[in-house]
Amino acid sequence: MSSVQQVLAGAGVGHRLRGAIWQPRVHGSELAWAIAFLVPYAAVFLAFVIYPVTYALWMARDPSLYGDLVSNPRYVRTVVNTALYVGLGVNVQMFLALVLSGFFMRRRWWIKALLPVFMLPWALPAIPAYVSFHWMLIGEEGLINSLLALLGIQGPLWFQDRRLALASNIAAYIWKWLPFWTLTFVAGRTAIPQEVYEAADVDGARGFRRFAHVILPLLGNLYLVCTLLCTLWTVGDFTTVAMVSEGAPAYSTDVLATLGFQYSFDAAQPSLGIAAVLSALPVLIPITILLMRALHTRQVQL
Amino acid sequence: MSTITAEARLTGTRAVSRSLRAVRRRRYLETAATVLLSIVLIVWTIVPIYNMVMISLEPEGDVFTDHIWPRVWSVESFWGVLTQGHWYLEHFWHQFANSMYMGAMVTILTLTIGTLTSFSIGRMRIRYGWLVSNVALLTYVIPASFLAIPFYRIMQGYGLANNLWSVIAALVAFATPYAFFVFQEYGRSIPIEVDESARIDGASPIQIYLRIYLPLMAPALVAVGTYAMLLAWNEYLYQFLLLSSKSSMTVPVALAQFLSSDQSPWNYMMATAIIYAAPPVAIYYAFRRRMTAGLTVGGVKG
Repeated sequence: MSSVQQVLAGAGVGHRLRGAIWQPRVHGSELAWAIAFLVPYAAVFLAFVIYPVTYALWMARDPSLYGDLVSNPRYVRTVVNTALYVGLGVNVQMFLALVLSGFFMRRRWWIKALLPVFMLPWALPAIPAYVSFHWMLIGEEGLINSLLALLGIQGPLWFQDRRLALASNIAAYIWKWLPFWTLTFVAGRTAIPQEVYEAADVDGARGFRRFAHVILPLLGNLYLVCTLLCTLWTVGDFTTVAMVSEGAPAYSTDVLATLGFQYSFDAAQPSLGIAAVLSALPVLIPITILLMRALHTRQVQL
Repeated sequence: MSTITAEARLTGTRAVSRSLRAVRRRRYLETAATVLLSIVLIVWTIVPIYNMVMISLEPEGDVFTDHIWPRVWSVESFWGVLTQGHWYLEHFWHQFANSMYMGAMVTILTLTIGTLTSFSIGRMRIRYGWLVSNVALLTYVIPASFLAIPFYRIMQGYGLANNLWSVIAALVAFATPYAFFVFQEYGRSIPIEVDESARIDGASPIQIYLRIYLPLMAPALVAVGTYAMLLAWNEYLYQFLLLSSKSSMTVPVALAQFLSSDQSPWNYMMATAIIYAAPPVAIYYAFRRRMTAGLTVGGVKG
């Protein structure tokens, strides 16, 4: 049956005809069931997505809020921080995940044993993990500086310097989430049929060439989807910065999420806080559109 | 390999033995590089966890001294947590139960709502079903932490202030679109003819859902269930904002109390963190294989 479908698709007859012949639409009493099955999510979506989003947009409707924000150097610094945090955090992480996914496909026994250990940061809840990072780097006696002292290096005060604090946040974030994305890419590589690997072998493509010409085109869309999804999740990341650097030194490593929180709750200016976080929408909306498009690209060109 | 050596013996040319040595050398280098990378990964993964364990095993007051190995081992912190022997930990077991309840509810609801909706869209193929899954993606346009501010107000309006269900509802709303993504991908590997033959045999949609769809989707259910549970255990901001009384708090919020002062007993905090981390880590490792199967088979293709 699938070969017939392929013939139809190849002949350009296309999706609609295939749908009409092979997959009839639901109707009658079954339609009632289908709608009933959708009701729970519709309720959740209306009550807990549409309403809050509308409320947020309504809270942030005053244009003068944005004027206030842009003229505030703290906001500008936060935007730069968020851009760095997302740009480096996401891309370094994705690249490492792709490379490590290849590493974890190897068949040595110690590599297979390593994968569960490597997944530990993801299984560990965020609070303990980030708090541990905070204590590892704080002051002069954190574990990292003690280890560096063993090598004779005087470790820096990690949270007294804005760049070091930013780097610590990024490192903590990558530490926590790299296993999740690595596993996703391993799943993607495993989904590539064995025949493709064997054909590449026969053609003499090994190592880097095999990666660049065979694996990368097949994983390309997955990489794009993961990068976009990770970007969306990272822009909204609150816990890492709140727990690791806590905005140190002196609120200079805040990202939009923590800044919005402080405006809303510490400074009791919720509208300003919402405006601060919603100012990321011009970036978030295009990314979501791209993500929707990428998720629609299903067929792999073999 | 033995063919090559036999040939070498037969022909005896220097070129062959030179290329043999080159192959062996490359193999050694590859193995060495693999081992090196494995060691780097182990150290990278374990150091923050070691830090947690080390601090939790130290007697109070010793945390800030310059060492990498506890001078005096003491399990008093764990004992303190288990017996609720500190004013920050008075309600620890109740709060731990809250966390478990929340994790379980988020998991169950995400799976239920996710499968019902995916079934309606993917298997029953309701008209405009594609619209629902695209609209669901809009949940991610505004990151969860940005919506925390309106959520705080709205939950008071719903009468859910200081109630675990406010957090559960928010988390389910944010987990379900990802659940759709995984269920849709995985569902592609189950032929629609299975559903249709059941329908011909007179099964109603609810029967197809319960008897055919759910059992066949089992690996994907495990994957999404684990993801939902880890989401609930990783989450911090909503719990911190929406739960304010000691009896409704979850463990992350209780941990945050430690951070509000400079003189807190850090060993107690780390011990609490480790105990809090035990259930998700245990569940993750128990379900690890089935989870990878759920992401892989028919799954995350490029």
